[in-house]
Amino acid sequence: MEAIQTEKLTKNYGTARGIVELDLSVHAGEFFGFIGPNGAGKSTTIRTLLGLIYPTSGQATVFGMDVVREKESILRRVGYLPSEAIFYPKLRVRDICKLSANLRNMECSAEAKSLCERLQLDPEKKIDELSFGNRKKVAIVCALQSKPELLILDEPTGGLDPLIQRVFFEILRERNRDGATIFFSSHILSEVQRNCTRAAVIREGRIIACDSVEAFANAGAKRVTLRGQVELKGLPGIKDLREGEGTRSFLYSGDMPRLLQCLSAGQVTDLTVAEPDLEEIFLHFYEEGDENT
Amino acid sequence: MTILKHELRQGRSSFLIWTSVIGVMLSVCVFLYTEVRGEMDAVTDLFSSFGSFTAAFGMDRLNFGTLEGFYAIECGSMLGLGGAFFAAICAVNMLSKEEVNKTADFLFSHPVSRKRVLLEKLLAVFVQLTMMNVIVLAMSLLSILAIGETIPWAQLLLLHLAYYLLQLELAGICYGISAFVKRGSVGIGLGIAVLFYFTNLISNLTESASFLKYFTPFAYCDGADIITEQRLDGGLMAIGAGACLLGILIAWYQYTRKDLS
Repeated sequence: MEAIQTEKLTKNYGTARGIVELDLSVHAGEFFGFIGPNGAGKSTTIRTLLGLIYPTSGQATVFGMDVVREKESILRRVGYLPSEAIFYPKLRVRDICKLSANLRNMECSAEAKSLCERLQLDPEKKIDELSFGNRKKVAIVCALQSKPELLILDEPTGGLDPLIQRVFFEILRERNRDGATIFFSSHILSEVQRNCTRAAVIREGRIIACDSVEAFANAGAKRVTLRGQVELKGLPGIKDLREGEGTRSFLYSGDMPRLLQCLSAGQVTDLTVAEPDLEEIFLHFYEEGDENT
Repeated sequence: MTILKHELRQGRSSFLIWTSVIGVMLSVCVFLYTEVRGEMDAVTDLFSSFGSFTAAFGMDRLNFGTLEGFYAIECGSMLGLGGAFFAAICAVNMLSKEEVNKTADFLFSHPVSRKRVLLEKLLAVFVQLTMMNVIVLAMSLLSILAIGETIPWAQLLLLHLAYYLLQLELAGICYGISAFVKRGSVGIGLGIAVLFYFTNLISNLTESASFLKYFTPFAYCDGADIITEQRLDGGLMAIGAGACLLGILIAWYQYTRKDLS
């Protein structure tokens, strides 16, 4: 069963590009990362899935239900955490949580209380008095208190301090273990790498890669760092070459025997070959895209 | 009815301010009547000499010396303009504020259809207007009793009913506009209320401009007509009801199709 499925999903804002023929598939129970820089189309995708905006063409379903025709049925099973947590003024935290529960026709006070405690959020505080980070916590409580089957999180950690981020990811992992699907949009790749099982990379409105996080790390390039004299000129597959004090470091995606041949021809005093982190792979994808365009 | 309750709560301050201002001003006017009653014959004579401007305000057919006449002119203006301003602001903000204040993401990411939001928000406008009119009427009646006058029930109730219908019509039109605008909605609402008010004044100035009465809800709130004829103009009210309904239908059409930002 697919929690989210899109087929050639396109959204234009007049003549401006939103997302272009997006094909995406998120399996039920997955912790899925959705990676892309600002303006790539992450929020447009999410807003289309939630029915806040209408697709220009193509199709999108959540739990097999059409996002346009069956929006209310979908939203009953979805918790959404927006990138900007903005609420009605003058209300207290507990009023907002209650309003959110009432809009779902649910009684969630026990779960809301538990989440507030874990996130160190005072439910008696007025929304107007809260910092950006604390408003984000309110949004987290509202998204999670109904224990939805699908959590859609748009840049969820912005404003949260590292301790609360840790608690937040603990809660997400618990929910994921209990069967919830998590669709996690972020441009902080270390978060995706630590938590997600699969991820998709979106660039200028198009999905340019979709695979397991492990495969991303393995299939891409290696980070090679060496000390010594080696002639790298003419060796294909080198990217992101950085030169330090006697060291050179680069991403290598070319033929491995050829690299070894090249290294043995020189005088290498120290060498490390490591898996690059997702951040490097991500940049690698974007560089490739830039070259193509 | 969660959204209705929420809207009533959100609009409570504005509702209390507008209701108390209009109610207190009406009561002050009624209390002033006892002070100025003796001088009103002279005032009526004075006002009747302003030609077409006298007609514009309906003072050619009303006697300032009677409570009904005084009430229709003085209290009518306050209730008419004050009520129209409140109705316009309340309705024109009702849909647009979700996008202006960026709360649309919160509201519409819950399992509520846009139709339900439209309906409950419209109800919130109508409930506030109804409550305001009931309270203002009660304050007005109590003030009349307090000064020891007999309540002219028929004229007074018709006058208040006319202004209530005016507010509903204006609210319906502004509700339609609210589905389109993203900023400056208050200015638009107030502008429309003032435009309707002056359109009515112009339509009363000369015969050649009288056709304008079909384009303003203030036409069926004309105190002189209501007090002298003790009835409301059914034709003008039907046009008003049509305009109100059209505004609501436009809001319905636009809001169920638009992308929310």
